[in-house]
Amino acid sequence: MSKQGQAGTLESNDIHIIVKEGVPGSGISIDLTSTVLLPYGDAIRTSITDVCNSFQVKDIEVTAMDKGALDCTIRARMQTALRRCGLIQEV
Amino acid sequence: MRRSLLFLPGNNPGNVQSGGLFGADAVVLDLEDAVAPAEKDAARDLVAAALQTVDYGMCEKFVRINSLDHNGARDIRVIVPCGPDVILLPKIESPAEVVEQVKLIKAAERPGQKPVVVMAVMETPIGVVRAYDIAISDPRVTAISLGAEDYTATMGLTRTKEGQEIFVPRATIANIASAAGVDCIDTPFTDVNDPEGLLADTLLAKSLGYQGKVAINPRQIDTIHQAYAPTETEIRWAQRVVEAVEEGKRKGSGVVAVGGKMIDPPVVARASRTIDMAIALHLVEGA
Amino acid sequence: MKQNAVNRMIPEYVEGLGNVKPFAGAFATPPDMRRQGPPVKCVQPGQTKVLENLEEVFRRIPIVDGMTLGFHHHFRNGDGVLNQVLDVAAKLGIKDLTVAASAILPVHAPIVDHIRSGVVTGLDAAAMAGEVGKAVSAGLLPKTAVFRTHGGRARAIECGQLHIDVAFIAAPAADTYGNLNGTDGETACGSLGYAFLDAEYADHVVAVTNHLVPYPLAPVSISQDRVDYVVKMDYIGNPGGIVSGTTKLTKDPIQLKIASYAAKAIAASGLLKDGFSFQTGAGGASLAVAAYLRTIMKKRDIKGSFVMGGITGYLVQMYEEGLFRTIFDVQDFDLDAIRSLRENRTHVEVGANLYASPYNSGCIVNQLDCVVLGATEMDTDFNVNVITGSDGVIMSGSGGHSDAAAGAKMTVITANLVRSRLPTLKRTIQTITTPGETIDVFVTEYGIAVNPRRQDLLEKFKASGLPLWDIHDLAALAEKVCGKPKSIPMDDRIVGVVEYRDGTVIDVIHKSKS
Repeated sequence: MSKQGQAGTLESNDIHIIVKEGVPGSGISIDLTSTVLLPYGDAIRTSITDVCNSFQVKDIEVTAMDKGALDCTIRARMQTALRRCGLIQEV
Repeated sequence: MRRSLLFLPGNNPGNVQSGGLFGADAVVLDLEDAVAPAEKDAARDLVAAALQTVDYGMCEKFVRINSLDHNGARDIRVIVPCGPDVILLPKIESPAEVVEQVKLIKAAERPGQKPVVVMAVMETPIGVVRAYDIAISDPRVTAISLGAEDYTATMGLTRTKEGQEIFVPRATIANIASAAGVDCIDTPFTDVNDPEGLLADTLLAKSLGYQGKVAINPRQIDTIHQAYAPTETEIRWAQRVVEAVEEGKRKGSGVVAVGGKMIDPPVVARASRTIDMAIALHLVEGA
Repeated sequence: MKQNAVNRMIPEYVEGLGNVKPFAGAFATPPDMRRQGPPVKCVQPGQTKVLENLEEVFRRIPIVDGMTLGFHHHFRNGDGVLNQVLDVAAKLGIKDLTVAASAILPVHAPIVDHIRSGVVTGLDAAAMAGEVGKAVSAGLLPKTAVFRTHGGRARAIECGQLHIDVAFIAAPAADTYGNLNGTDGETACGSLGYAFLDAEYADHVVAVTNHLVPYPLAPVSISQDRVDYVVKMDYIGNPGGIVSGTTKLTKDPIQLKIASYAAKAIAASGLLKDGFSFQTGAGGASLAVAAYLRTIMKKRDIKGSFVMGGITGYLVQMYEEGLFRTIFDVQDFDLDAIRSLRENRTHVEVGANLYASPYNSGCIVNQLDCVVLGATEMDTDFNVNVITGSDGVIMSGSGGHSDAAAGAKMTVITANLVRSRLPTLKRTIQTITTPGETIDVFVTEYGIAVNPRRQDLLEKFKASGLPLWDIHDLAALAEKVCGKPKSIPMDDRIVGVVEYRDGTVIDVIHKSKS
């Protein structure tokens, strides 16, 4: 049973993120839906990847449903999801 | 100025990111009672990120952390390095609690970071009893407050708009704040659809010596500021006092009178504060 | 392709419009035509106009392939007539129709099926919301869609550029000889101003009502001498979709903040004095501006001259309090507005031509002191988009936006600088409907930017304590908050033209890439 965690909501300005530990070597895979996919889809993926990299999380499946969250919200929710998944230590 | 402190639920991105837009003197990013227990970690992460990226303009940035027995220490470790101005300590009942939390705050500050100060909120009878010792417990204490909702719940009282049930502790906290040389901030008026009630409540707080009031909705800010604006009468009186003091200095006389009344230093100080606020609010030309 | 005065590339010929003139400036293109008249009719004593049903209308005229059918949108999202007319056309096997409605709304989604089946091949409207807008953006419509303003549609009908074969006029009340009004009956909508032009100039005029009264109806908005047929039907529209009970003021603190800045700007402009005239929208910050102005006008005992619109109960309240002498009404949004039109002598129903056409001896918007409008997007030249979203997909249209903006002494745009993660203010926008030369002030939750053309306003605002921004700094702030958006590539095919109020083409709409 692989580790899972989720954070955020489907409210406007928020992003709902579910993370599932990936098979070693599988890399970071992101399934993204967003109300601002065309203008900001790439930026959202970059931010999610950045957070994974900064915590040395290499193999992860991310499902993200974005409702126009600002970058700081995306990063915060991602961090919370990773911690709830057990992939980051508690402070 | 700390006329208005706008509470923002810390797990709500919409509120957190727009909190600086409403013209409040301060924003309070709340990790405590406005956040469900299961989401405290998410709120902590969000507030930490917001403090680093969101522009709150001229607002003083407060964060209400959880009490120590509800992971408050973790809140301090994560939040303090992000540069809040004030940490709001809830449910304080003893000076030792303040001292301990200030110690944790200092340990969490980055080298060279502007010192983070604290505001202690007393929400129980014993907290009110010990309020003076709490207020002077540490130089980092900048303000105190009465949390009337929890206070009346603890005492088993009915909370009312008129507030007779909290009159004594409310006035006590104001007196203690003055004696301790710290600010006091009044408890919220919880009916957001009653601006007249809010105005009356805020005027009462002002008359007791409170510097400001908690706002639980942006709609309350204008009314609170209206209550704290010096009236034309107050401004004119303050101007007369200041003029009389100037004249006294020119004449070399130490004794000042206005309208036949003696003016002693606390009155002069109050007049001066009134003029300062009037200038800050564009009610008069700057000196 | 030619470049027009707002730097957009415009084709020289558009099917359905013919050779097109590129937009040259808000007041740069004078008229050079005469009005076009409809065929002269003769109805003799003893002849009746009442027909059994819509099918009989189709047979009698007759309605044939290739015709242009006209509709008004006074029933808004409660309209029941347009869909029923097209259903009859489909049933009778008629094809290649152009729907020329003053606006197309989400309730008209069945048009998409009629496009697919070939019944409808052309669309001409001042706005296309909902599924129809999306379908046009997806390239479903064979002909290029034509977007006009309310004043421009009136002008196009009067001057013969929009020729309507048959106008179907949904009438809340009609008599057996074709007198119509919009204030009586269960589906009352108030003013029928957008239908005036269809009635005056269409080759054939059909009144469709659910409230047929014995002759004569009074008062009369559209008169018997232009109406050819009257049809009574059980259902012509849903009252709940036509009007709201009362239009409520927003409680959203950000909208209120924007509105408060806008009202302060209007007060600082020097225009808010006796004789003040005003137009505003129906929702959000727009209506809240009226509320703030009301407080100031009462405090300073200011008596305004007229409000124009788009009338809601809130504006009626200001009028009945004596803050304005006259209401000019081209559309009503709630029951109170309809009641006032019925009862108040100086609450006047006006047609789209009188309201906003640029080609006559002076329309009402020319007399406006101030108009408060919205925007989906705005660029740093103050050009505004109210037709497509920032994804380039059609979601509305100019309506009276460019008309009022051109006429008013001061045009105020109220909008969130940032809506969720979308900046309203950008360096370039998808589609231009209203040129920046007619936009004076941009009011957001962060503060105000003034068009550099209006140094006079800027000086007045400086003394007011309002937070003032250079437009470029405000655009940079929006980008900082949201991040830099990727520009959205569109297909080369042009699916719609945006006509300015004078008939020139101010922009085109490209097909969305799927």
